[in-house]
Amino acid sequence: MKDLIPLGEIIDENIHLSLDELAQRCAVQVDVVIALVHEGALEPKGERPEEWYFTGPDLIRMLRARRLQVDLEVNLPGVALALDLLEELDTLRSQLRQMEQQMGQRPRR
Amino acid sequence: MEFKDYYKILGVEKNASTDEIKRAYKKLARKYHPDVSKETDAEQQFKAVNEAYHVLKDREKRKAYDQLGSQWREGQDFRPPPNWQARGRGFGGESQGGYSDFFSEFFGGGAGGGFGGGQGFRVRGEDVHATIEITLEDAWNGGSRTLTLQGQDRDEQGRPMLRNRQLNVQIPRGIREGQQIRLSGQGGPGMGGGPAGDLYLQVRFAPHPLFRAEGKDIFLELPLTPWEAALGAKIPVPTLGGKVEMQIPPGSQSGRKLRLKGRGLPGKPSGDQYLVLHIETPPADSEAARKLYQRMAAEMPYNPRKGRGL
Repeated sequence: MKDLIPLGEIIDENIHLSLDELAQRCAVQVDVVIALVHEGALEPKGERPEEWYFTGPDLIRMLRARRLQVDLEVNLPGVALALDLLEELDTLRSQLRQMEQQMGQRPRR
Repeated sequence: MEFKDYYKILGVEKNASTDEIKRAYKKLARKYHPDVSKETDAEQQFKAVNEAYHVLKDREKRKAYDQLGSQWREGQDFRPPPNWQARGRGFGGESQGGYSDFFSEFFGGGAGGGFGGGQGFRVRGEDVHATIEITLEDAWNGGSRTLTLQGQDRDEQGRPMLRNRQLNVQIPRGIREGQQIRLSGQGGPGMGGGPAGDLYLQVRFAPHPLFRAEGKDIFLELPLTPWEAALGAKIPVPTLGGKVEMQIPPGSQSGRKLRLKGRGLPGKPSGDQYLVLHIETPPADSEAARKLYQRMAAEMPYNPRKGRGL
């Protein structure tokens, strides 16, 4: 089976989701999203919850938060901390990869 | 079907207490959680650990499992004993996803089989996450790529099973490293008529012999001779879109970055390509070359360490 799958959606800043849409996409209660906003783990644009909108990076964070919460039974402040640390780890790992690649490229004698 | 040694998977003794089992599980779950671990088979390991804990934390299930005896080894081809059917089926109605054939056979992981005829039991399939490694050329051109996923599927009886699935995925033009692509409905199958989950693909760039990417910008290290750097030169340089002529300004130094506007990954706006200059010293490997260097030393004295406290 090798059907060509239609072009996927790139999850980036161009995605806009309301509070309800984000909760639905991630199969979580709206309260969980609101709690993570209060923890500073999600940063929607807009003043009041009914005006909030979230972008792709928020969606990725929320999905990750749900997995950590469900799989490891981490509470919400712990989830917020883990998200920050994991993102820092991602950045460091990709920088490390780039540096290793750069060193490999430089002609050595 | 492969036998699963749940004690070995959790790294505990056969007589471990429930508390010990829980501690071992918690530790391994953090270690192998796919969001945390960088090991390539983290997801499989995480599932195995979960399955082991699911059985060993439950007194009834653990007792039934222990009755299989101790002659079985992890990964061994497991043939059910004669009284298997009578014993193993007491746990019907499990709805845990992603467990092994062994688990399904033993504890009856039927897909909501106990809910026959009911319309109310509809569960959306799980979202699946995978990393896709593509070349910079794929990201520049767009294109398609075949991906093999080990996914959960269901057999005719509705029991979960692992099956390799090939997907032909389109790569959006201008995708960047670390971005995710969502393929709606390509995740785990739903149960009881529920919709399938989504597939999330995280993009990683394969190492490229010439270029590296930072966001949508492309970097290329460009080696120059001292005279090209000093006098300036017109040099053909590769870009993802093909060769272009680049004017190197006179008086260039190693480490200087020259920008080729709009030659990075496509987008709105497109990224740029940067050339990082790198001056190479020609070897003094002949009498003539040595003479030339000596003449330079005599006629154009220059101290690069001056003013740097060296």
